[in-house]
Amino acid sequence: MGRYVIRRLLQMIPVFFGATLLIFLMVHVMGDPVAGLCGDRACDAATAARLKQEFGLDEPVGQQYLTYMGNVFVGDFGTAFNGQPVTELMAAAFPVTIRLTLVAVVFEIVIGISLGVLTGLRRGRPIDTAVLLLTLVVISVPTFVTGLVLQLLLGVRWGVIKPSVSSGAPVDELLIPGLVLASVSLAYVTRLTRTSIAENRRADYVRTAVAKGLPRRRVITRHLLRNSLIPVVTFIGTDVGALMGGAIVTERIFNIHGVGFQLYQGILRQSTQTVVGFVTVLVLVFLLANLIVDLLYAVLDPRIRYA
Amino acid sequence: MRGATHARWAACAVTVAVAAAACGGGGSGGGPGVVTSSWGDPQNPLEPANTNEVQGGKILDMIFRGLKRYDPKTGEAKNMVAESIGTKDAQNFTVKIKKGWTFSNGEKITAKSFVEAWNYGANARNNQKNAYFFGYIDGYDKVHPEQGEPSAETLSGLKVVDDTTFTVKLSQKFSTWPDTLGYPTFAPLPKAFYDDHDAWLAKPVGNGPYTVDAYTKGSQMSLRKWDAYPGEDKARNDGVDMQVYTDNNTAYTNLMAGNLDLVDDVPAAQLRNAESDLGDRYINTPAGIIQTLAFPFYDEEWNKPGREKVRRGLSMAINREQITETIFQKTRTPATDWTSPVLGKDGGYGPGLCGDACAYDAARARRLVEEGGGIPGGRLRITYNADTGSHKEWVDAVCNSINKALQKDKACVGNPVGTFADFRSQASEQQLDGPWRAGWQMDYPLIQNFLEPNYFTDASSNDGKFSDKEFDRLVNEANGETDTAKAVATFQKAEKILAEKMPAIPLWYQNGSAGHSDRISDVALNQFSVPVYEQITVDR
Repeated sequence: MGRYVIRRLLQMIPVFFGATLLIFLMVHVMGDPVAGLCGDRACDAATAARLKQEFGLDEPVGQQYLTYMGNVFVGDFGTAFNGQPVTELMAAAFPVTIRLTLVAVVFEIVIGISLGVLTGLRRGRPIDTAVLLLTLVVISVPTFVTGLVLQLLLGVRWGVIKPSVSSGAPVDELLIPGLVLASVSLAYVTRLTRTSIAENRRADYVRTAVAKGLPRRRVITRHLLRNSLIPVVTFIGTDVGALMGGAIVTERIFNIHGVGFQLYQGILRQSTQTVVGFVTVLVLVFLLANLIVDLLYAVLDPRIRYA
Repeated sequence: MRGATHARWAACAVTVAVAAAACGGGGSGGGPGVVTSSWGDPQNPLEPANTNEVQGGKILDMIFRGLKRYDPKTGEAKNMVAESIGTKDAQNFTVKIKKGWTFSNGEKITAKSFVEAWNYGANARNNQKNAYFFGYIDGYDKVHPEQGEPSAETLSGLKVVDDTTFTVKLSQKFSTWPDTLGYPTFAPLPKAFYDDHDAWLAKPVGNGPYTVDAYTKGSQMSLRKWDAYPGEDKARNDGVDMQVYTDNNTAYTNLMAGNLDLVDDVPAAQLRNAESDLGDRYINTPAGIIQTLAFPFYDEEWNKPGREKVRRGLSMAINREQITETIFQKTRTPATDWTSPVLGKDGGYGPGLCGDACAYDAARARRLVEEGGGIPGGRLRITYNADTGSHKEWVDAVCNSINKALQKDKACVGNPVGTFADFRSQASEQQLDGPWRAGWQMDYPLIQNFLEPNYFTDASSNDGKFSDKEFDRLVNEANGETDTAKAVATFQKAEKILAEKMPAIPLWYQNGSAGHSDRISDVALNQFSVPVYEQITVDR
């Protein structure tokens, strides 16, 4: 187990460098960011040159990357164009997005798995068909449509929620944005769970459990569900990273000042430091989430052992 | 025991959620008497000489008062901290400041507060993006050389005479120079600015009607009324909470839901509904902004004699009336000169100065373009940035209009560029071979500000490198003219040359549009399309 974890951690290193280098080059290709800093009028040559020097933009891109990575390892993510250290931006943005992601994941787990179990056990019944149709609708409607419609109906028409999240982003205000963010994944979780449950229902060990006379609740939760959850856990695990990165749409609609907001601003202003810094952290989150998912397999199914 | 572990995990998640909810609390409402307003995240640090965009400028306008201030209604530059600014030769000025002004931290404002601030802003070492505003002052080339390190620390043209007087020597005659001093870059700075720069940036201290109460970068700034403010334009509300919105659609939605008092940028998509949604709470007033299509004069193909016919022809091929009506819902007015209506006729606004060239006439347009030798390269590519401002819509409409007039399907196409920064770098580095969207938001309400930076040889915003000796001569003459009326008339003479040469096609004047809740009244936009915050009153 320990060796497996170490091997996986080592594998992360090339992925990490590759991903950051790619992002670095992508932002670099977008052109000269200093030109945008001075607005509709060109910066005077002297100031432009000094600004480039300040942000290290006057060096060749390879050198810039090396310097940047060197700094990252001592915890310095550089400075955004508005003079704030990127780490400060991260400290403000990540807690908000993590909270939003947690809300979304809780929705996925609670609603997604319950609906999945419900429909999996009642395959072919009206409730199954109804939920299937519903998930189909949710999957086919883009997130920003769901978000804007909910915002308009709940926020403006009925006044149930605030149409935008205040700067502190408390969890109660994040419920609807979280639901919107989770919606598509939630539908997938429902379908995955349903299929998995429906398949395993006919498995030998379930029949044995029923034959032993175990109570129905115990058969479902301890035997059926636990084995059926493996693909679902894989999905939710990888989804954590996707949710954090993909929150950009939801965050924009509900004006949540999280990772999406900072990334969006960073891209608009071509602030390499901001974009690369945030993406670097997102890549790490993604890699770690994947590792945790793999480790969870062993917990769910003791037959899976890592050497 | 595995079941138990699961339950414990779930309980943990709930606890975390609840705890986070508790700690994240605190609403956004500013309480009675406080206005909540939409805001955009300023892209540069908030320093007077380093802020060159509207979002940061709004704040500076609330927390600073300079020597002059532009009357929010007429645009006239009126003395604020200045007692008088006198000159005999339009080159040497004596500035006297009023007694009794202080910064909100109690420090007295003296002649030194201005001179030191201007020296700081001009010095190349401080990387201030508005440094060129001090370019007229004698000695600027020493503190801000084109290349290399500055050879002087202070502007030789600035001299402190006593506590309330200082003199300014310009490097050339510039009669309307005192009227430029309402721009926030010329604000005075307190000692705290130099002593602890980071702390000042975290919570700026100025001398305006508001003080910064709290500032969370990227999300909110709370400004509160400064009770001891010595000026006459005291705030009529208790404060303003500026809330950052990434998307002005969300801000508008919040206004509709009653969570926000003021939106000073109605999204293009909502313009159609704004009037019916808001009634008389929808504001649509002219601002000092003009949009043009600029041409690349560094490109031989566009600079040949005879090409002005092509440019004039293209200008005639654009149906401005129709585009401003259908796409902009009348928040733009077809342009007929190169300035803005907010200047007023006395200030140099010359309606109709562009003449026939700005009137839609498809047949003549076609003839002129042919006479001029056709569009260089056979196709017009209009470059614009696609990230903000819904530029795609109007560029497509302009192209459509040109194609129709020239009776060619593909005579004009849009050429989108991903980000503003990339667009700006292509334009300022002379990489474009066709026209591009150019916009000019005035720094101060002077005809000089519309003409000189854009069309004077090698001027700061003359990206197309247009150059005309007669134009330059007239501008210099106008700047040296001590009589304002004569100066304006000479500027307009220079503008007539633009009408002939058409270095940029005037498209339309832009309005400022805003909407507000029924909780506040006396809302107005100034000529910079910025709300006049201190005049807003809160009804309940």
